[in-house]
Amino acid sequence: MDKFETLTGVAAPMPLVNIDTDMIIPKQFLKTIKRSGLGVNLFDEMRYDDDGNEIPDFVLNQPAYRSAEILVAGDNFGCGSSREHAPWALKDFGIKSVISTSFADIFYNNCFKNGILPIVLPQEQVDILMEDARKGENARITVDLENQTVTSSDGQSFGFEVDPFKKHCLLEGLDDIGLSLEKSASIDAFEAKAGQARPWV
Amino acid sequence: MTGKTLYDKIWDAHVAHEADDGTCLLYIDRHLVHEVTSPQAFEGLRMAGRSVRAPDKTIAVPDHNVPTTIGREDPEQMTEDSRIQVEALDKNAKDFGIHYYPVSDIRQGIVHIVGPEQGWTLPGMTVVCGDSHTATHGAFGALAHGIGTSEVEHVLATQTLIQKKSKNMKVEITGKLRPGVTAKDITLSVIGATGTAGGTGYVIEYCGEAIRDLSMEGRMTVCNMAIEGGARAGLIAPDEKTFEYVKGRPHAPKGAQFEAALDWWKTLYSDDDAHWDKVITIKGEDIAPVVTWGTSPEDVLPITGAVPSPNDFEGGKVEAAQRSLDYMGLEPGTPLSEIEIDTVFIGSCTNGRIEDLRAAAAILKGKKIKDGMRAMVVPGSGLVRAQAEEEGLADIFKDAGFEWRLAGCSMCLAMNPDQLKPGERCAATSNRNFEGRQGRGGRTHLLSPAMAAAAAVTGRLTDVRELM
Repeated sequence: MDKFETLTGVAAPMPLVNIDTDMIIPKQFLKTIKRSGLGVNLFDEMRYDDDGNEIPDFVLNQPAYRSAEILVAGDNFGCGSSREHAPWALKDFGIKSVISTSFADIFYNNCFKNGILPIVLPQEQVDILMEDARKGENARITVDLENQTVTSSDGQSFGFEVDPFKKHCLLEGLDDIGLSLEKSASIDAFEAKAGQARPWV
Repeated sequence: MTGKTLYDKIWDAHVAHEADDGTCLLYIDRHLVHEVTSPQAFEGLRMAGRSVRAPDKTIAVPDHNVPTTIGREDPEQMTEDSRIQVEALDKNAKDFGIHYYPVSDIRQGIVHIVGPEQGWTLPGMTVVCGDSHTATHGAFGALAHGIGTSEVEHVLATQTLIQKKSKNMKVEITGKLRPGVTAKDITLSVIGATGTAGGTGYVIEYCGEAIRDLSMEGRMTVCNMAIEGGARAGLIAPDEKTFEYVKGRPHAPKGAQFEAALDWWKTLYSDDDAHWDKVITIKGEDIAPVVTWGTSPEDVLPITGAVPSPNDFEGGKVEAAQRSLDYMGLEPGTPLSEIEIDTVFIGSCTNGRIEDLRAAAAILKGKKIKDGMRAMVVPGSGLVRAQAEEEGLADIFKDAGFEWRLAGCSMCLAMNPDQLKPGERCAATSNRNFEGRQGRGGRTHLLSPAMAAAAAVTGRLTDVRELM
C-alpha cells in the first residue's frame, strides 16, 4: 500500500450531504475484477451526461479542480454500499484525502486500506475549509498525518483524531493481513478454545 | 459491576487477540461471499501465495449479477463482464474449496437469504460479507456486518477482522403495531427518526414488544436496514422463535449439539443493568405505513403525508432535499398518495422472503395490476420461489399480471438486466432510493411488500389500508 505522510494539494468542494457510494461509483462499474482504472468513472452520473459528455458545472470538471487531491465534503460521506470500488475510484482519480463532518463506517475503513486518509472535523472547521476549497487551484490545503493537522491556504490549522493503529499502517504503507498473520498463534489458540466451547460453529 | 449488552457478550466471545490500544482481532464464524466484491480479494490471496484459512466457514453464492428471467442458463442473458464475475466466483470457490451454491442450484439466491435459510447463520455468531446488508443476520442475535474487499481478503486469509468496539444503541419499539403496518415500516420509520448517519459508530439492538411480535422474516427486514441508519450492525436477541426457525436447517447443529448450543443461545440477551450509549424509543402505535419521497432512506413519511419543501429542512439538507425533488420530479405539497408509478419491484434481501410474498399476495388476490404497469416479483432464493409456488402465491402474482422471476438481487441494484429507464418511477420493496440505484435516472420509492402490491393495483402510491 502507498504511504501517506503529508499532502499539499488542491481541494475540491462538495458540500452535498449524504454523498453515497452509488454516486461515487455507480453499479455498472462494479463489474470489474481489478482494483484499478475506475478513476475515469468516479462520480460518473454527476460528472457526465447521458451521451458521456462532461457536465461543465460538476466540480471535478472545472479547470481549477481537475487535479484535485483532496475533497471537502458534506456530512455522512460514503454512506450506502460497502463497495471498495468507491475508494478505488477516488484513489485512481488522484484523491488522497477526504474531509467531512462524518463518514459512513465501512467507507471510512475502506479508505485506510487504500492509502486514503478520511478526516473528521467539526462543522465550523469544515465550513472554513469548504470556503477555502471554493477559491480554486490557488488555495492549497495541507494535510499532515504525523502531526494530525489540516492547514488551510491562509494558515489556519486544525487538529484531527485518527486511530493510532490506522495511522501507523498508513504512515508506513503496511499490509495489515501480513501484520495479522504474525498473530497466527493467538488465532490458533482462540480457534482451539472456541472449537471446544462451541463445537457447532 | 454493570451488566453486558448482547453486543458485549458476542464481542467478548470472539476476541482472538487484543492489542494495548484496544484494537482487536475478532474471530469470524461465517464469511459469506458473492461475485461482485470478492474477485480482487481472491486475486490478492493468489498474488501473496496465501490460502483460505477456514474454507468450511466460507460460503459463496452469486446473486448481484445474475439474470432473474427464465432460461438464464443461456450465456447470452448476461453481459460479458457479469459473466466474467460469476465465472470468477465459480473458479475461486472450486480452487479454494469453499461451500458454493451455483446459479443452477435450487438453493441459490441472495446471499443474506441463503445464509439463514441453510442454517449457516446461528445466534451468537460473528458473520461478515462484502455487502452492507449483512446486517440482516443480526435478526438471529448474530453480530453481522458488511466489509470492504480488502477486509474480505483479510478474513479469507486470517478468519479474523481488525476491529475496535462500537458503542451500544438501544432502539425500543413499544406496544403493538396497527393493522397494515409491517417490519419495513418499522425500519424505515427508525431511519426517518435518526437519519442515515444517526447510527454511525453504533451497534443497534432492536427490542420491545413490537419487535418480539415480529416473525424471523420481519426481524431480518428490520436488521437489514440498520446500515441505512449508519449503524455497524443491527441485533435482535434470540428467543423461542429464533430457535424454532433454526432447528432442523441443513447446517444447524443437531441432537445433543443443538441442546448444547441452545444452552448458550439462551444467555444471549442484554442484561437489565447494561450500559447504553444511546436509547431511542418509538411507540408501535405511532408507526404508519410509510414511503420514501427522496433519494436518501431517511426521506420517509407516512403515506398520508405530502411531499415536503426544501425549506422544511436545515443546513446541508436544504440543498440535498432540493436536489432530491429535482431528481424525483416531485413538487412540494403533492399528496404522496397522488404520485403515479409505472413499475413495481417486490424482492431483495430486505423483502424477498416467503412472508413478504404472502403479504403482497394477500393484497393482490383476485385483483389485477393497473394497465401498462410493469410489475415483478423476484423471490430471494430458489427455495423461497418453490415454497411460494407450493402455497399458490405464484399463481396469485401471475394472475394479477406480475412477472414471476428466478432468484437474485435483480432491480434492487440493477447490476443485472432488471433496470429502470430514465424517468421511470418504481415502488420498490428494496432498501435504497439513491440516485441511479435502480438504473440511471430511475426514481425509487421504498415501501413494504403490501404497500407495493397496493401500488401495483392502483397505479399510484397507495395507503394499503384502503385495500385491506
